[in-house]
Amino acid sequence: MTYTRPAFRHPELPSNALGYTRKDYEGAISTLCAGCGHDSISAAIVQACFELSIAPHKVAKLSGIGCSSKTPTYFLGNSHGFNSVHGRMPSVATGANLANRELIYIGVSGDGDTASIGMGQFTHAVRRNLNMMYVVENNGCYGLTKGQDSATADVGSASKKGEPNPFEPIDLASVALQLGATFVARSFSGDRAQLVPLVKAAISHRGFAFIDVISPCVTFNNNPASTKGYEHVRDHLAATGTVDYVPFKEEISTDYKQGESKEVTLHDGSVVHLHKADPQLDLSSRRSALRLIKDYKAKDQILTGLLFMDEDSRDLHEILGTSKTPLRDLVEADLCPGQNVLAKLNDSWR
Amino acid sequence: MKRIEAVNDFVIKFANVNGTGSASANNMFAKALFRMGLPVSPKNIFPSNIQGLPTWYEVRVSEKGYLGRRGGVDMMVCVNPQSMARDIKELESGGYFLYDSSKPLDLRMVRSDIHFIGVPLKDLCQREFSDARQQQLFRNVIYVGALAALLDIEFDVLTKLVSDQFGGKEKLVTPNVRALELGYHYAIENFQCPLGIRVERRDAVGEQVLIDGNTAASLGAIYGGATVAAWYPITPSTSVVDGFEKYCKRLRIDPGSGDKNYAIVQAEDELAAIGMVIGASWNGARAFTATSGPGISLMSEFLGLAYFAEIPTVLINIQRAGPSTGMPTRTQQSDILACAYASHGDTKQVLLFPSTPKECFDMGAQAFDLAESLQTPVIMLSDLDLGMNDTMSPPLEWDDSREYQRGKVFSERDLEEMSERFGRYLDIDGDGIPYRTYPGTHPTKGAFFTRGTSRDEYAVYTEDGDAYQQNMERLLKKWETAKSYVPAPELISCSGGSTVGVIHFGTSRDATLEAVDALAAQGVAVDTLRIRALPFSSVIDDFIDSHDTVFVVEQNRDAQMRSLLVNECEVSPRRLLSILNFNGTPITARQIRDEIAQHLQRDKGSNVRPLRKGASAKESRR
Repeated sequence: MTYTRPAFRHPELPSNALGYTRKDYEGAISTLCAGCGHDSISAAIVQACFELSIAPHKVAKLSGIGCSSKTPTYFLGNSHGFNSVHGRMPSVATGANLANRELIYIGVSGDGDTASIGMGQFTHAVRRNLNMMYVVENNGCYGLTKGQDSATADVGSASKKGEPNPFEPIDLASVALQLGATFVARSFSGDRAQLVPLVKAAISHRGFAFIDVISPCVTFNNNPASTKGYEHVRDHLAATGTVDYVPFKEEISTDYKQGESKEVTLHDGSVVHLHKADPQLDLSSRRSALRLIKDYKAKDQILTGLLFMDEDSRDLHEILGTSKTPLRDLVEADLCPGQNVLAKLNDSWR
Repeated sequence: MKRIEAVNDFVIKFANVNGTGSASANNMFAKALFRMGLPVSPKNIFPSNIQGLPTWYEVRVSEKGYLGRRGGVDMMVCVNPQSMARDIKELESGGYFLYDSSKPLDLRMVRSDIHFIGVPLKDLCQREFSDARQQQLFRNVIYVGALAALLDIEFDVLTKLVSDQFGGKEKLVTPNVRALELGYHYAIENFQCPLGIRVERRDAVGEQVLIDGNTAASLGAIYGGATVAAWYPITPSTSVVDGFEKYCKRLRIDPGSGDKNYAIVQAEDELAAIGMVIGASWNGARAFTATSGPGISLMSEFLGLAYFAEIPTVLINIQRAGPSTGMPTRTQQSDILACAYASHGDTKQVLLFPSTPKECFDMGAQAFDLAESLQTPVIMLSDLDLGMNDTMSPPLEWDDSREYQRGKVFSERDLEEMSERFGRYLDIDGDGIPYRTYPGTHPTKGAFFTRGTSRDEYAVYTEDGDAYQQNMERLLKKWETAKSYVPAPELISCSGGSTVGVIHFGTSRDATLEAVDALAAQGVAVDTLRIRALPFSSVIDDFIDSHDTVFVVEQNRDAQMRSLLVNECEVSPRRLLSILNFNGTPITARQIRDEIAQHLQRDKGSNVRPLRKGASAKESRR
């Protein structure tokens, strides 16, 4: 791990549309193990937020407990963060989102935090189509408690301890698809070129945007018998295609071939382009995504990339019909009906 | 044969079958008496069931205004063959037993010391109404009509109630009034009306209202500015959120856009419910949840987080009989310790104990001010008895000049003008309460990381034991500060003072104060103190110190409030004598009176000096 980071920055660091440099999106020094996949994901989030020109303080970072849940400290240091209770980040994120619909919500969780202790809350956040990006940093093991198998470990996969896992894995991307997530992707922490545009698209998506990122645990689960180590993942990687995220107002400069590409316009006018590697993928079909995940798995391959999105989804606020003004900005005059109303109510109880 | 004779002072109980529509008829009965200016206290004793099991509705009429359960039943209206045997047994000698005489009475059950009043409810109903559902429903209305004759209830009051209930809709009003008349005429023609017990119009309720505590609490949340409610259904707290939704739909819809100035989420469980409240409160909204015992167990981990990370949290706990699922439709005050020290590690939670619907409203609103001012969870402990039963209460009042106390929150401008580094957990004012910022306030200042792990004053993670300890001690200082923020105890001293003191709280209030009056009539005067909040005020220490004999009245097995007093006030356990009721029905004045009297009798000659109770004591109660 890196203990120090030089304070010096090049005086001509590029800045984004809001005038922020990449540095304004960084967080504290990571205390994770050197080479941890999670740090690459943090870097991708920093890059994505910088490129999207998001005001850093307009993001709220939420997490549960575990190695992955520590990472919000290591990106977006000018944003409020909330490291909550193990497996319960979705509920805290739900409440936070209800209070202020105008912030951007980034949830970071792990495979233990989501697929085991937090499975219930995760599934219900998906169902409610909470407007947030939910990233699972998936390494198939419990790092902080020294390498126990998690619920996403593949059958037969063995961590450093050497015992092959006998239990069926939970595939979180499939679960999210089945429960109605409106944006589902899978990626690999070692593939920043794929991850950054996915994060940008996920943040821009209105509704629940889920990214399952395979993120190897270098200390406990990076051995040859593990299916979530760097080597195994690199050797078995397949992608739905390459994703480009084009913000609103920017011209689309790449020339996409007819029939092999899919273009999705988001609610804010930005565009997601998927250059399809597998023509069978239909980005608007959950069934297509679920089938492909299974087909690739049968071939011992891990399908990554954008799997599904529904750009017209209604998020929780739209479903509930809440005020356009963030609830937390409503004042007494909006909220308190006053004594006259109470006097009438009293009469109704006599 | 003996006949109970009483005007405006008796207990009547209705024995029904759950799911037969008896509730609205019984409510109508109680409301009619209330509209005749008589204090009433109806208690619904219902099963954890939707249809078919026995359910009871007990109404006490007391011109003197005693609202607690008295104990004993003077008149029983029994329309449930399942429970008839025990209902007959329960009646006081000389009492009245009204039953459906469409079927003959089982002679083995007959008691010679009570008066049987047979009204053929089923037959009358079948002759009058053809629809099966109506035949079922109107049986209940017929017995209310019969009671109007038997007890001298003003018939106009009943017809006005029916009209109010159905908004004057002729189609519904007419058959209801017809059913009332059927019962009324049957009673007039067949019995000598009125009976020995009866009612007479009085002006004994004044401005008061008849409302259940949960409705009042839900309005407290609305007036207190709550915008987010997250909950999981559980008896007996469900009606808090039902009430919140009902009144939000009326009072919180933006007239221009039709948008809701509130959000209600039915969570997947209680853990998620409180997690949402904490997330919303962290982000600057006023949020609350309502639950009951099992929910408290599930929410405990999150309550520890909110305590330690200092996030305002409002929780309304409508207690029921535990442990485990316990008796889910019966009342108790048995979550006191679970709430006071909710969560692992060293925690202390602020508690509020309302005794009336008005206090459910007041404290329900105040809870938000307290939670935000103190940046900590505030748990209001009501119970099934207060929460779900219509209770006579002073009217709800709101001072329009009152402003929400949002606590110590730095605004964008505060941060902009600040030259020093923002420290989320810095005790700037020396009261243990730090300053917080809402997410999204300022581009470069005021952001911090909220966590349940130890951290320093700048919210930076640390495992430094000194920093941890200093923080835990600051939380204790905040606890001390809280003592001056929470509602003070209510002290009622008899003139000249007594050496005997009675401590009570919540729904033990009415029965306790009635028992005190009864004791005074026997020549034994006692002082009372009603606890309204934790942390405890020093007034409570002084009260215990200044009385030789101190009773603590509460509705649980383990004398939890007594334990809390021993713990927090550092009094010897021997100083506190318990009066306990935990059978699931509200404590009675008779029990409290008898236990105090018996104890003092045993101790006679030691330190008890009979005193006459002063008028001032009674005054100060109002």
